[in-house]
Amino acid sequence: MSSTGANAYYVPHAARWPIVGSIGLFVFFWGFANWLNDRPLGKETFFLGAIVLVVMMFGWFGDVIRESESGTYNNQVDTSFRMCMMWFIFSEVMFFAAFFGALFYARTFSGPWIGGDGGGGAPVTNELLYQGFSYVWPTNGPSSLGGDFQQMGWFGLPLINTLLLLTSGVTCTIAHHAIQHGDRKKMVRWLGATVALGFIFVGLQAYEYYHAYHGLNLKMSSGIYGSTFFMLTGFHGFHVTMGAIMLLVVMLRGMKSHFTAKNHFAFEAAAWYWHFVDVVWLGLFIFVYLL
Amino acid sequence: MTTDSSHDGVVHHAPGEHHDHDHDHHGPAYGLMRWITTTNHKDIGSLYLWFSLIMFFIGGAMALVIRAELFQPGIQIVDPMFFNSMTTMHALVMIFGVVMPAFVGLANWMIPMMIGAPDMALPRLNNWSFWIMPFAFAILLSTLFMDSGGPAGGWTLYPPLSLQMGDSFAFVIFAIHFMGISSVMGSINIVATIFNMRAPGVTFMKMPMFVWTWLITAYLLIATIPVLAGAVTMLLTDRYFGTSFFSAAGGGDPVMFQHIFWFFGHPEVYILILPAFGIISSIIPTFARKPLFGYDSMVYATASIAFLSFIVWAHHMFTTGMPLAGSLFFMMSTMLISVPTGVKVFNWVATMWRGAMTFETPMLFAIGFVIMFTIGGLSGLMLAITPADIQYHDTYFVVAHFHYVLVPGAIYSIMAATYYWIPKWTGNMYDETLGKWHFWISTVFVNVLFFPMHFVGLAGMNRRIPDYSLQFADWNMVASIGAFGFGFSQLLFVWIVIKCVRGGKQATDEVWEGARGLEWTVPSPAPYHTFETAPDITKYAVR
Ligand SMILES: [Cu+2]
Repeated sequence: MSSTGANAYYVPHAARWPIVGSIGLFVFFWGFANWLNDRPLGKETFFLGAIVLVVMMFGWFGDVIRESESGTYNNQVDTSFRMCMMWFIFSEVMFFAAFFGALFYARTFSGPWIGGDGGGGAPVTNELLYQGFSYVWPTNGPSSLGGDFQQMGWFGLPLINTLLLLTSGVTCTIAHHAIQHGDRKKMVRWLGATVALGFIFVGLQAYEYYHAYHGLNLKMSSGIYGSTFFMLTGFHGFHVTMGAIMLLVVMLRGMKSHFTAKNHFAFEAAAWYWHFVDVVWLGLFIFVYLL
Repeated sequence: MTTDSSHDGVVHHAPGEHHDHDHDHHGPAYGLMRWITTTNHKDIGSLYLWFSLIMFFIGGAMALVIRAELFQPGIQIVDPMFFNSMTTMHALVMIFGVVMPAFVGLANWMIPMMIGAPDMALPRLNNWSFWIMPFAFAILLSTLFMDSGGPAGGWTLYPPLSLQMGDSFAFVIFAIHFMGISSVMGSINIVATIFNMRAPGVTFMKMPMFVWTWLITAYLLIATIPVLAGAVTMLLTDRYFGTSFFSAAGGGDPVMFQHIFWFFGHPEVYILILPAFGIISSIIPTFARKPLFGYDSMVYATASIAFLSFIVWAHHMFTTGMPLAGSLFFMMSTMLISVPTGVKVFNWVATMWRGAMTFETPMLFAIGFVIMFTIGGLSGLMLAITPADIQYHDTYFVVAHFHYVLVPGAIYSIMAATYYWIPKWTGNMYDETLGKWHFWISTVFVNVLFFPMHFVGLAGMNRRIPDYSLQFADWNMVASIGAFGFGFSQLLFVWIVIKCVRGGKQATDEVWEGARGLEWTVPSPAPYHTFETAPDITKYAVR
């Protein structure tokens, strides 16, 4: 029993969920690619893969939660989890950076160039290829892809959504303080509010999309404006949904008397993630809606 | 000094938990399930290395198809479309399926041993990082068997060409997403291991260079793989969901893809070489029997290279065009990279200076690396010069350049690492005579293969084209002979590895006279669990 001595490191054994995850991802991607190509059974395969992935997550996180609740983990493992989550969030930041980069590039460089502004060959290109096109943001390009559309304003729904997310950041912090003082009931209450605000946000976002498609004729295919608008808000909405589900799971665990004043990493991980989607939204609100 | 982990890194299992697992501490389980469910860094390291070796021959076979077709001018053997899918797949397989997994495999094996850790920080995640790879490559390679053929627009997937690919397009994109998930998880694991699992007393500036270079590589991966994921996601939506990121008709720009892609792509080339720097910095001191010259400057040089790698991407796009200020900036910043790289080469040479050198196989590969990587580095410097690059761009000169840094560079470092550490992995010495033969045959053929590409490239032969003008015939024939020679001589490597795994002279713990580092203080072969308790590093040199 050398490994249970006071100097032992903790190493888990025989992981069975990762292979399930790999198979799930394989089925998921395989199905998705077939679906996009309108091949038979693509859609079904895609959803099958998604189900396998959900089962994997339940199983894997379930194992980790059981081990955590039974006190298997030492502080070193806890630190590893924390670092893992922080670096994961950093990778997500870089994922959004690609789309923000596309937005900035289109607005600062390629848009004006197509319109004939700038040095080099820009005026000639405009003259030869896009005669008569002058660049004004928002644009759907010289070919007016998707037809005339109206811009999504910042006042109204987007502003309400901003306030919702900012408020949810506050409620999340109140819940955090509650658990730090060991008040699990209070944590559950304020987390409930956070999750509710998150889902209201997603609902309003869905309504905004409906409005865009049916009221403004603003679609994914509405040129670069529609592309960047839906890509950025779409991936953000997806991340909000994930974050809200994470917080919901934390809340349900709180109701089952998980977490103590000292041991509540899952809460913190979900909260960091929540603040991350919050900050991304502020970037979106400024660069996609306001400017 | 005490590290963060010292006070809590030595805490116990909770009593009553995991007794059922304790038998695992004495050795691995048996059968296929051992490999599928393993959380052991050595098992996973081996899996990565074997996977990489298999992919090396798949990617190599593709290269031989290319060289067979180019043996003579005219179209002889394969359809041009298939030729193009070979160039594309060869690159994707060699980058994502060979060099990266091999380095991750080495990281898995060596980093925990070098820093006195019991295993990687997140062993289950580690298992997943590996077991994604075979599935991701199953998707990628399956495209070759589809009606539309594999991807044929180059591994860089530039639109609008890549958007004209057949049905296999979506499969390629998802294969890249899939591999990216593996890379990011693997890198997060490595960063967490290095930050959190060092034994008490192993401070940052005591870490072996291999650990340092991997720390920085992992950071590059976490920062850039998601950008690649974003770029290919935009390709996917342009193709299937009607967006127009890369279409000027909708106000987008195909050139934008190149910017985003190379923002990933340039750091990627350092991902493919920084761990190699770490390996060479481990091997040369051992066989020169001197400590590494300028350790601190090596660390700073690595960090500078990583930083600079983020601000040079558009040197791949000089012929694409950009504002003059952009060209100048990217030319200057690119040439700046030769400063830290020069520091490294200088330090390796200075380490050997007046050393008591011996030339076992790892050292031969390491010296081969220093010389031939430098050739590739110098041709890179030529390519960095904007006006010159306009001549060199998309010619075989570029092909010669990056193959010099990747084959006698990255691949040689992996070979060197294998010879250097395989006695520790297997407990047996490899066959030194065969190893030396492997080095010399490979080195002759690799130069026969790639050196002539400089000439045909400077003379204007384009890359990624199955046919060429008659004037390039002689050197292409020479290069093809070199390619087959190099390819088949790697079978010798496989034989040496298998022979060593099966038996051979018993290796000592230290293996190499003059080797420093914690990995040489443990028995050969290294026990299944190396450090169940933190080693006392006051007794041993960590580097
Ligand atoms: Cu580059």
